[in-house]
Amino acid sequence: MEEKKDNNLPLGGVIPKGGTAHEYSTGGWRKLRPVLDKNRCTNCLICWVMCPDSAVITEDGKMLGFDMEHCKGCGICAVECPDKVKAIKMEEEAE
Amino acid sequence: MAITMTKGQVGLTGNAAIAYAMKQINPDVCPAYPITPSTAIIEDFSGYVADGAVDTELITVESEHSAMSACIGASAAGARVMTATSSQGLALMWEMLYIASGMRLPIILTDVNRALSAPINIHCDHSDSMGARDSGWIQLYSETVQEAYDNLFQAVRIAEHRKVLLPVMVCLDGFITSHAIENISLIDDAEAKQFVGEYIPRQHLLDTDNPITYGAMSLPENYIEFKHEQSRAIAGSKEVVLEIGKEFGKKFGREYGLFETYRLDDADTAIVILNSAAGTTKVAVDALRKQGMKVGLLRPRLFRPFPFKEITAALKNVKAVGVLDRADSMSGFGGPLFSEVRSALYDLEARPKIISRIYGLGGRDYKVKDAVEVFGELDRIRETGKVETLTKYITL
Repeated sequence: MEEKKDNNLPLGGVIPKGGTAHEYSTGGWRKLRPVLDKNRCTNCLICWVMCPDSAVITEDGKMLGFDMEHCKGCGICAVECPDKVKAIKMEEEAE
Repeated sequence: MAITMTKGQVGLTGNAAIAYAMKQINPDVCPAYPITPSTAIIEDFSGYVADGAVDTELITVESEHSAMSACIGASAAGARVMTATSSQGLALMWEMLYIASGMRLPIILTDVNRALSAPINIHCDHSDSMGARDSGWIQLYSETVQEAYDNLFQAVRIAEHRKVLLPVMVCLDGFITSHAIENISLIDDAEAKQFVGEYIPRQHLLDTDNPITYGAMSLPENYIEFKHEQSRAIAGSKEVVLEIGKEFGKKFGREYGLFETYRLDDADTAIVILNSAAGTTKVAVDALRKQGMKVGLLRPRLFRPFPFKEITAALKNVKAVGVLDRADSMSGFGGPLFSEVRSALYDLEARPKIISRIYGLGGRDYKVKDAVEVFGELDRIRETGKVETLTKYITL
């Protein structure tokens, strides 16, 4: 048996490079979608810190919205958005 | 422990010999949770660590599950890793054993064979390692202290071979081999170091320039391909075991194969048996040969992968075979070694008659008279061509 396999799969199920989570779309898992109210948002970026999927898009310290290819709809951003602000609401995908 | 050598020979228990082999191999990491009867391996080895005789990082963990988990982590990080356990300890590792083999990590584990609970028992049988027989680990069984010591060096080479990359378990009998002192020949330190060589992992987690992920998910689209690959690797490891056994023989004068045969060439009846009880059986073989009975023995050394073709060829001219298991697979059909040997013989046109005998569970003595009785039974089967009792317990 040679190291080069016929099926070309890496030995032992190892993922042979980094950053591959980006190539895997998890947006389809979503039941609830986050909706941002830009008028209320203070750009504190707590949502960006807390998002487990790095699905909060920012630029120059400003909150721009969500990467819907990777947002699983967990709702952590909506919970963590400060009580006085509450700029993120979770809505049913179906609606 | 000070090792004093006389005329090239040294008296060591199985545990002390394994610990000494580990000292000579000098692994990078040894996560361990000592358990009877393998305790003294880690006890002795921790002495070598404390004395600075090895460079090993000894990790004292909180359970055997953690010990094997730490082995997996360290091996994935590129370390040469060894540990030792017995019985319940191996049972607690069970979940992680499959992960070690599935990730193709060349970890070395010494299993000092001990019965599984219940009832609780600390003495020898093979139910622990037989419980791990389908975990994807290569299993080498050892009759003597010398063989256990020699097997450990070969295990490193087999596991790390680029065509194998699988974990290897070296098994020896609890108390009978682990605690009995035997005169053995030690390999010279420099030669041992040269034989095992430096471990260069093909990839590892600490290589931050080439980041990789171990332990990812694999769903129906490719899980079966990974298992197919693993299955081919363990089947192919048989050739590597032979190659390394020959090389070891050339260098140190003790050659090892897939199994040992003893006076089997012209034998009418034979016993197939693992580990230390083979020694007892050889005494019975010699005694019966003196009386003119053509009896012989086959002792598998490699149990996983199972060398079915070679064992079939070795037993094809025997009229009656008794497979003696020091473990019961609770199948109502016989022991695990019996099932393999019987299955291997199926393809023969003229098959030997075969019986399963379970012996010595929980450390019950297996004596020369027990082997003689089985040979007597096999002789009656040879004469009549009839098997009266396919499977039964002996040494009751």
